[in-house]
Amino acid sequence: MSVGLLDSLKAGFDASPSAPDDVRCEAFAAALADGLPTARTERWKYTSLRALERRAFVASASLLSPVDAAMLTGIPAPRLVFVNGRFDAPLSDIAALPEGVALRPLAQALADGDARETGFLARRFAHADETFARLNAALANDGAMLSVAEHACVEAPIHLVFVGAPADADIAWHARSLIELRRGATLTVVEHYLASGDHAHLGNALMHVHLAAGSRLRHARIQHDAMRGNLIARTDAVLARDALYRRIDLELGAALSRHELNVRLEGEGARLAANGVLLADGKRHIDTRLGIEHIARDTTCDLVWRGLASGRGLAVFHGGITIRAGADGSDARLSNKNLLLSEGAEIDAQPVLEIHADEVKAAHGATVGRLDEAALFYLRSRGLPLVEARRLLTAAFCRETLIVLDDAALIKMLSASLDAALARLEIA
Amino acid sequence: MLKIDNLHARVAGKGILKGLSLDVKAGEVHAIMGPNGAGKSTLGYVLAGRDGYEVTEGSATLDGVNLLALEPEERAALGVFLAFQYPVEIPGVNNTYFLRAALNAQRKRRDEPELDSMQFLKRVREKLQVLHIKDDLLNRAVNEGFSGGEKKRNEIFQLAVLEPRLAILDETDSGLDIDALKLVAEGVNLMRSPDRAFVVITHYQRLLDYIEPDVVHVLADGRIVESGGPELALELEAHGYAWLKDRIAPDVAAAR
Repeated sequence: MSVGLLDSLKAGFDASPSAPDDVRCEAFAAALADGLPTARTERWKYTSLRALERRAFVASASLLSPVDAAMLTGIPAPRLVFVNGRFDAPLSDIAALPEGVALRPLAQALADGDARETGFLARRFAHADETFARLNAALANDGAMLSVAEHACVEAPIHLVFVGAPADADIAWHARSLIELRRGATLTVVEHYLASGDHAHLGNALMHVHLAAGSRLRHARIQHDAMRGNLIARTDAVLARDALYRRIDLELGAALSRHELNVRLEGEGARLAANGVLLADGKRHIDTRLGIEHIARDTTCDLVWRGLASGRGLAVFHGGITIRAGADGSDARLSNKNLLLSEGAEIDAQPVLEIHADEVKAAHGATVGRLDEAALFYLRSRGLPLVEARRLLTAAFCRETLIVLDDAALIKMLSASLDAALARLEIA
Repeated sequence: MLKIDNLHARVAGKGILKGLSLDVKAGEVHAIMGPNGAGKSTLGYVLAGRDGYEVTEGSATLDGVNLLALEPEERAALGVFLAFQYPVEIPGVNNTYFLRAALNAQRKRRDEPELDSMQFLKRVREKLQVLHIKDDLLNRAVNEGFSGGEKKRNEIFQLAVLEPRLAILDETDSGLDIDALKLVAEGVNLMRSPDRAFVVITHYQRLLDYIEPDVVHVLADGRIVESGGPELALELEAHGYAWLKDRIAPDVAAAR
């Protein structure tokens, strides 16, 4: 029998240079025992892992992959760069960090052995379908550790860059990161997933976001991985009282990209504004799953997501919002609009709202449609050719999500990424 | 310049235009008046090339070119401009970007050099100044959140920048208060020129107090039933459209 995904990871795990601790061993054992999610796993219903399951991957540490530094010219310092999940010092630039910011790779923190700093690694993942989080907990030796001191207001965005680079074999890399804002701190982070050439790696990224009382985080995540790349990402955020989390996810690349965004609104008055674009063209499979939990009173979430599917692409969107008992006065809004641009493409959109509290405001909706005929005619009547009019409307449909960032420079940068990705859409 | 002959058109299988003929020369302003449902807006859409408006008979040419065989964008490049009764809101599309893309697409089709952003902005500034329009309009999304008056002024602004051969104004006066109406009319008057023609579609005579037409036509039940000078509009205003019923051609009346 050929070696599959889990077997190949086990080989890597067993060959670890230093003996894994109990948390890692336990997580790995649990992942192996429960196996990969299947078609019967509710949370993975629309994303089949069967092809991935049969493939073997090597651990990233065993192979060297040179990266063309020119691809990073558009990403200013301070930036932390990981190549196939490993910190790359020459490509990174954290010489001049803004005041109040601590930023370093997880591998360094682990080497220093500061148990307090790496305490977040001890978290256990109890559910049988959390296989990738468990694998990550067992195997991730690197990632970004970013924290901002109390009341520090950081202007310049911090860039976290995860580059997939070709190697002699297909790599499975695991990165675990933490962004922590102390009380009243303000920060902007841009998380990039890029490819420095064609590869078919498997990336597994787990990001923890802790926002203390009154802190504000602006967070953009641009997924533009290789056309054959696979990326399983998960973001777990916790917001304390009056924390504000503005976020955008642009899902523009990879063959398979799955992202889970879990946000717990734990403190009164915590606010989440999270938008995103899923671009499923070619044969791309994009799956985004939101799990927003209103736990404290007077918490709000505002979610605007846009999906596009063309060619034989598949976009899956699950917008789950739960308002727990006691979270009175909560306000939840979800708008999910999707454009189906060709016959062979598919979109599965599912807004799910669960309310266990009183006096809440909640609105959600999902639509799948085509470009507005009246708008198309209007543009053409001014002289724009049909293809250009379609392109313009498609871009506008996506660009609407960017305003959540409330920062002109950042919006401009993300618009450019979006436009570059939309340019490859075949609009007939 | 614009020659429409015996035009018949259907919308959703229903005949709306039933033998409309019209001859508009360069430099002229023609007003087309008529009651609701007469086919006024249909005429505008048919000339601009909207999907779903099916021409079953007759012809429409601009400077001898058959309009009906062309795509909407080809008609625009030829010089057809329709100011919409209900301009469409397009969130996320910047007004200036859109207009420059449209103008350059037209110029490209006409084998004229495209305007770079400096040249385009110069033209835009000139037009804004002439039309007394504030430049905050430039940075907004096309018609998004515009008031009724702002939308109509944006149409006139686009008209001014695109400089068409033939401008069709589809009830540009509807929903405007008298001040907004005057501004829009002033814009149109500034755009009048010996080589440009206007077809002004309106329900009310009011607009024609400010845009003085050379010819007034009355459209009823899909065809022109009466043509005359500006005095015809006043007559209509005095008598109302009910007065027209007796004047519809006998074969049309018989068909009812």
